Amino acid sequence: MNANVKYRVGKSKVVQAVIVFLAFLITVPLILIIVYIFREGITKINWAFLTQIPKPVGEAGGGIVNAQIGSILIVLTASVIAIPIGILCGIYLSENKSGRLAYWARLSVDVLQGVPSIVIGIVVYFWVVKPIGTFSALSGSVALAIMMLPILIRSTEETLKLIPFSLKEAGLALGLPYHKVILKVVVPCGVSGILSGVMLSIARIAGETAPLLFTAFGNPYLNTNLAKPMQSLPLMIFNYATSPYDEWHDMAWGAALILLFTVLSLNIITKLITRRWNVQL
Amino acid sequence: MNDQKLKTKAKSSSGMIRAESIFKRSLIAVGAAMVLLVVGLMITLIIESVPSMKNLGLKYLWSKTWDPVNNVYGALPFLIGTLLTSFLALIISIPFSFAIAIYLGEYNPKGWLSNFLKNTVELIAAVPSVIYGFWGLLVLVPLVRSLEMKVGVLPYGIGIFTASLILAVMIIPYAASLGREMIRLVPSPLKEGAYSLGATRYEVIKNVILPYTKSGLFAGILLSLGRALGETMAVTMVIGNTSMIPDSIFGPGNTMASVIANEFTEADHTLYLSALIELGLVLFIVTVVINMIGKRIIKRFTNE
Repeated sequence: MNANVKYRVGKSKVVQAVIVFLAFLITVPLILIIVYIFREGITKINWAFLTQIPKPVGEAGGGIVNAQIGSILIVLTASVIAIPIGILCGIYLSENKSGRLAYWARLSVDVLQGVPSIVIGIVVYFWVVKPIGTFSALSGSVALAIMMLPILIRSTEETLKLIPFSLKEAGLALGLPYHKVILKVVVPCGVSGILSGVMLSIARIAGETAPLLFTAFGNPYLNTNLAKPMQSLPLMIFNYATSPYDEWHDMAWGAALILLFTVLSLNIITKLITRRWNVQL
Repeated sequence: MNDQKLKTKAKSSSGMIRAESIFKRSLIAVGAAMVLLVVGLMITLIIESVPSMKNLGLKYLWSKTWDPVNNVYGALPFLIGTLLTSFLALIISIPFSFAIAIYLGEYNPKGWLSNFLKNTVELIAAVPSVIYGFWGLLVLVPLVRSLEMKVGVLPYGIGIFTASLILAVMIIPYAASLGREMIRLVPSPLKEGAYSLGATRYEVIKNVILPYTKSGLFAGILLSLGRALGETMAVTMVIGNTSMIPDSIFGPGNTMASVIANEFTEADHTLYLSALIELGLVLFIVTVVINMIGKRIIKRFTNE
């Protein structure tokens, strides 16, 4: 009897040790990746790297300013497209809990969240690139905007659902029109949740490559025209990493460090916002 | 004078009403736009894959040869490649994601250590896939190559196995964080009942928590699978990109997503392009179905 109890307690302890071990093993790849990229990347980064455009293969030096500016422009444009639509749709869904259109819209958001990014790239190719006749930064932004929408909509909807109904009633009782109640009372109350949704969606798309392959396409020169092909950091890393040239690999390490740093900081800032205002996402 | 004031007041309130109706209408318009967006996605994929459906028919899905130069298209190598990498990644990832879910949900739900692990898992999900691919290509591939030399298979380095390893790391967070939420939902009277009967912690986990959460954990696996099927960049960079049926899990191959990524911009005639888009359509349908089943299960579980 006693031996049996001892066996069971021992078994429980062994299982616990195994589970703790397996759980913490996940930190290994993350640390390995961060340390490796930091070590390889930090030596490549200098002023010229940040401010020059790439040199042709074989020439030393050159930088990735075209990819950095391209990334910023593409992500900014995507945000300008997606944020108003996403927040409005989030308001719509939180205001309409039942109803046929709301049901289908909610289902669509669910579907959209699961669509592989490469498929969005294909579709945007036919929606934007083909009619215009050239790869363009704008089409890349449209693809990224579509990817931002589900995150924005979900976080807005979930945040606004938590706002007490009495606030809205109070506004309406004062004779405020509906849109003012929503935009001046309800939305400001949920602004921290919406903001963290915005940050999260930007963090999610800043490192996306697949939807840009057939849309923004990439560009070895500095370009700020949204109607022309544009380089972005993830695209550049992909193209340079899969090339056979060592100096291109070096540049890709530098770019990878910048991208990783940006994306992780965005995530950590989002984290801080959610903790500061106690947002539930 | 007074009349004038009243009039402007009436005007401004009618302006308010107009603004209100515009606002309401734009809300509905945005909701409808979401539906149209998804329907549009699907219709575009279907229309653009019509030439391939017409010319190649259903047997496209199980023909073995993919030879764009001679205009021969068969999707089987990519279907097999996708299924192999995804399921292998799933099998590798499940022990880890369940361990994380049980640790964060049951053993240690609060405190700095569990916070640290939770943040780590979230950062794993946040790292861009192109960075996983790059790191895999230059660090993991040589490691796998030396492993393969020891095992005695052809030392490609790149291939299905390497892709699965990278994928496994990438999909762990999805099943882990969902599993954690589900384990948190187990009513404590159930656990306390088992403890008061003298069950050990392991027995509570095995006989109370896991049976109670099994549908939720399954949903987490489905969401991970959905991710794995659609993941493009990391896989493309390490899988080797050969359009033949892989002869072993250590051999190079191609997945649906990776062949699209590699060949879409090179596809120079309608049938070639259309065959690639049909792959995209298949990928779209499969991932959407898997995700919807997963979400349905979660909804039912959390409502109970």
